[in-house]
Amino acid sequence: MTKPRIKIATTSLAGCFGCHMSFLDMDERLVTLFERVEFNCSPFTDIKQCEPCDIGLIEGGVCNAENVQVLRTFRANCTTLIAVGACAINGGVPAMRNYFDLQDCLREVYLTGTGVTNPQIPNDIELPLLLDKVYPVSGVVPIDYYLPGCPPSADEFLQMLEPLLTGKKPLLQKLHLHYD
Amino acid sequence: MQTIHDTIIIDGQEIPFTKGQTIMDAALAARVYIPHLCHYPGLTPSGNCRLCTVDIGSKSVAACITPAAAGQEISNNTSALNDARKSITQMLFVEGDHICPSCEKTGNCKLQAMGYYLGMLDEHFPQFYQHREVDASHARILLDRGRCILCDLCVRASREVDKKNVFAIAGRGTEAHLIVNSSTGKLADSNIEPGDLAANICPVGAILIKEQGYQVPIGQRIYDQHTIQETGLQENSVKKNDD
Repeated sequence: MTKPRIKIATTSLAGCFGCHMSFLDMDERLVTLFERVEFNCSPFTDIKQCEPCDIGLIEGGVCNAENVQVLRTFRANCTTLIAVGACAINGGVPAMRNYFDLQDCLREVYLTGTGVTNPQIPNDIELPLLLDKVYPVSGVVPIDYYLPGCPPSADEFLQMLEPLLTGKKPLLQKLHLHYD
Repeated sequence: MQTIHDTIIIDGQEIPFTKGQTIMDAALAARVYIPHLCHYPGLTPSGNCRLCTVDIGSKSVAACITPAAAGQEISNNTSALNDARKSITQMLFVEGDHICPSCEKTGNCKLQAMGYYLGMLDEHFPQFYQHREVDASHARILLDRGRCILCDLCVRASREVDKKNVFAIAGRGTEAHLIVNSSTGKLADSNIEPGDLAANICPVGAILIKEQGYQVPIGQRIYDQHTIQETGLQENSVKKNDD
C-alpha cells in the first residue's frame, strides 16, 4: 500500500507571489517531491477552501480583513504553519505604508497623486477592508517556523520541507540565511 | 619603554593585553571575535549597541568599554550570551525601518549580517513603525533616520577623524535621533563630503552615498559571501588626522 502523501496548503496574503514562483524554481525536483506531497488549498491547484493539512505555507503579510480570515483558517487547518518570506515575517515592502497614515496613503494614491484620472477612493462592498497597518503573520496567529528571504530560494524551501516530511524539526543553515 | 603584557581569559583561551586596552581591543588583537556593531578600531568606543556584552563571573559588561584587567575570566561565545545578542538585534530591527528588500544597503549591512550570524529568523517583538525624517537635501549623501540604530559611529568619525563635528545624537529613549550640525539642520548646509569617514562608516543604510546604488548586484555583496565575524576581525584601525 502506498503511504498517504503529506498535504500542503499555500497562500499569498499581502505579498507579490514571488515566494510561490521561487517554490516552483525547484523545477524537476518537484516531480520527486510530488511523490511524497500533494497540494490542497493553493494558487497552484486553485482549490479555494483549506481542508485539514499537514503543512501550511504563508506568503505575505496581513493588510486587510480577508487576509486575517484566510490566515486564521490556515492556522485552524494546518498542523504546522510556516511564515515564508520577508512580508510574512515582518510585513516586508507592503509594510512600508505603516510609516504613514492610511488615509494619507489612500488620498495620495487615488485622489491627489501624479497622473490620477477619475479620482476616487475605491469603496466597493466586495473589497476587503484595509487594516490600519500591515502586520506580520505572527501578530495574528502563532507560527511554527520562519523561512526568511525575499524570496527564499527553492533550495531553502526544500531545506525546510525535507525534515518535516519525515517528522523531523527543520533547521535552516546560517549559511543560507538572507533577508533579501 | 617596555610593554608590560598581562593576560585575560576569554572562553578558556588565554589572551595577552597591554595596559589601556579594553577587552574588545585585546580580543580583536588576538583574532577572537566578540560581536559588535558600534565599535570600530581606532575610534573612541562608546558602548552604545551592547552587542559586545560579555560576562565576567556573574557581571555582564560591554567589552568595548571595559578595560582588560589581569586575570579576568570572561565568557563570550556562549548560547546564553548569543541569545541575548539575538534579542538585542531583534530590538534594533523593530525599532527602525529595516525592510531589507527595499534598502540599498542590503547585503552590505552589518545589522543584517549580525542577524545572520546569530541565526535570527524573525523579529519576535512588535514593530515600532516610527516615522523619522529623511534628509535628502545633500547632492551626494542621503540621510534616512528611519534606519539609524544610534550607534554614533558617524558622530565619532566626524569629530575624531574628519575633524568636522557634523553629527550628534539628540533626545532620549525612543525620542533619540541623529541631528546635523548646520544652520538649517540639513546635510546640504553642513560641510560633510562624500569622501569623509562619517559619510561611509554607517553600518546600516542610514547614511548612503548617492549615485552609486546597486553597483554590486544583490547576492554578490559583502555579507552574501562573508560572515560579520570574518569582516569584524579584518577591520583595520582608522587613522586619525592627528595621529
